[in-house]
Amino acid sequence: MVPLAYYLGLSTILFCLGVLGFLIKRNIITIFICIELMLNAVNLSFVAFSAYLKNLNAQVFVFFVMVVAAAEAAVGLAIIIAVFRTRETLNVDRVNLLKL
Amino acid sequence: MLHLILFFIFAAVCIAGAVNLLAQSHPINSALSLIVVMGSLAVLYLLLGAEFVAAIQIIIYAGAVMVLFIFVIMLLNAGIEEHSGKSYVAWFIGIPSVTVLVGLAVYSLVLYQENSDPAIGPEPILGSVQAIAHLLFGKFLLPFEVTSVLILIAIMGAVVLARRGES
Amino acid sequence: MLTYIVIAAIKSVVLIHVLLGAVAYTVWLERKVVGHMQNRWGPTRVGPFGLLQPIADGVKFILKEDLTPPHVYKPLFILAPMLSVVLALTSIAIIPLGNQLPLGRWTTALQITSSPAGTGDINIGLLILLGVTSIAVYGIALAGWSSNNKYSLLGSLRASAQMISYELSLGLSLVGVLLLAGSLSLREIVTAQSRSYDFRWIPAWFPHWYVFPQLIAFFIYLISAYAETNRIPFDLPEAETELVAGYHTEYSAMKFAMFFMAEYANMFTVACVATLLFFGGWSGPVPKFLPPLVQAFVPLFWFAIKVLAFIFVYIWVRGTLPRFRYDQLMAFGWKFLLPLAIANIIITSLFVAWLS
Repeated sequence: MVPLAYYLGLSTILFCLGVLGFLIKRNIITIFICIELMLNAVNLSFVAFSAYLKNLNAQVFVFFVMVVAAAEAAVGLAIIIAVFRTRETLNVDRVNLLKL
Repeated sequence: MLHLILFFIFAAVCIAGAVNLLAQSHPINSALSLIVVMGSLAVLYLLLGAEFVAAIQIIIYAGAVMVLFIFVIMLLNAGIEEHSGKSYVAWFIGIPSVTVLVGLAVYSLVLYQENSDPAIGPEPILGSVQAIAHLLFGKFLLPFEVTSVLILIAIMGAVVLARRGES
Repeated sequence: MLTYIVIAAIKSVVLIHVLLGAVAYTVWLERKVVGHMQNRWGPTRVGPFGLLQPIADGVKFILKEDLTPPHVYKPLFILAPMLSVVLALTSIAIIPLGNQLPLGRWTTALQITSSPAGTGDINIGLLILLGVTSIAVYGIALAGWSSNNKYSLLGSLRASAQMISYELSLGLSLVGVLLLAGSLSLREIVTAQSRSYDFRWIPAWFPHWYVFPQLIAFFIYLISAYAETNRIPFDLPEAETELVAGYHTEYSAMKFAMFFMAEYANMFTVACVATLLFFGGWSGPVPKFLPPLVQAFVPLFWFAIKVLAFIFVYIWVRGTLPRFRYDQLMAFGWKFLLPLAIANIIITSLFVAWLS
């Protein structure tokens, strides 16, 4: 049987890798992907605690986190498409002027 | 014993996928690495006995949200990410501090684990569809209905934002 | 534990061979049936009635030159057909084909994923099938994109958009059956069908299938299945007269054969799921005078007959209908099938609540 600490350790590592990617990467879509990685790491720790405390509320919360992540991905990608249409670039360093 | 071996295999796949996500320069490779991470997370959920959450992780996250990402990457034809020369600060501060954070967290978790920490195994009765359905449509009915309104607003927002402007 | 692994391995090997043979001979059946519908013979020269034609095709595919054009994105180009065919062949692992099979000292269920005790099933079998269908979109999307070709990209985007649109009505049409059966496990749904229908005015010989209460759901499922497997009347993304050949334009020889096999294996999976959920799976009259070993195979025979009938309907529709235009296709899926499936769920749940 797997101790709880192993699951939490894996969740921490994935979350910190997501934070690292969010800070380092310059492509806006890759930054979005790192946000999804962070959300997945949090989901893992929720489910691990749900199994440890024998409580199902955490799994229902995981369901809601997934729904919110899906809605946020849809709207965020629509914003990226709208910005790409005018700026012609996906590099966040180049989107630095309010008006073209 | 088998659970421990399976946990280590799929945790290694998760971490390898996440590191590959950071190491790749083309966004489509990052997206595919994230799909691999999501798949192995679904297996870890099955090891924890959460069968419904594992199934919807594959159907919704890996099967719909990531398809959306792949569509956008394919349509925008995002090339290899080029490096603009101003952002080395993030490398110099980011990598060491994240490494320290990970080290601290894992070390304290391993220290905590030496105290009484009963190991968890899968309890298939706990995460079954019937039990989650009782909770979702009983105690959490209002948040469930509110999320349907949230999804409707997100659909309308995405359609409006991605439409070609009239000007 | 070791006998369990050995039995599971033997079942997997046998079932994969049967499935690949069925896929190859479905191609033969399609060519013969469509040929006869169009008032011509199908393949007749290779072997009696053209029965060796699939073997000749297989040899051709293996020996043909496997071109990889220089401008493609190689890792994904090679990965995409492998992904398609692996996912198409995976779903056979969950499908139960019959009851217990006594083999001397051991009993095993006619299903690859069964427990060592000889029973058992996966609690979320139907969700796993839907998940495999969702991931199958990637095979097509990545194939079109990695080919680095405008026609392939457009064809693959159209095919992926069509597949994810019709996945919704596919899943929702099955919710009506789940409301009547009460479980997501495929074996449970089949046994629930034989227990249903306890009205007094139904004669005893009437088959206890879910297709009669859920007729609308069955037709929604049928139409969504045609769209999911990219068959006529929904095969615009891969038709030869449109968009060159869609997402498999740049593929040759064995990789094209893999896409081909994946399409027919998906057809087979969809037919198996329809048989299990709507037509009672393996239930049928079992004659009692046969020895017990043969008695375990008679339900398998009924299952095969029903799946074959379903595939015949697939091929019949292929020979009969013209194809939809793309905007008609998307409008039909979103504006007609999806509201109809939701209405079916509402009516079924009201009926179930009234009955209990």
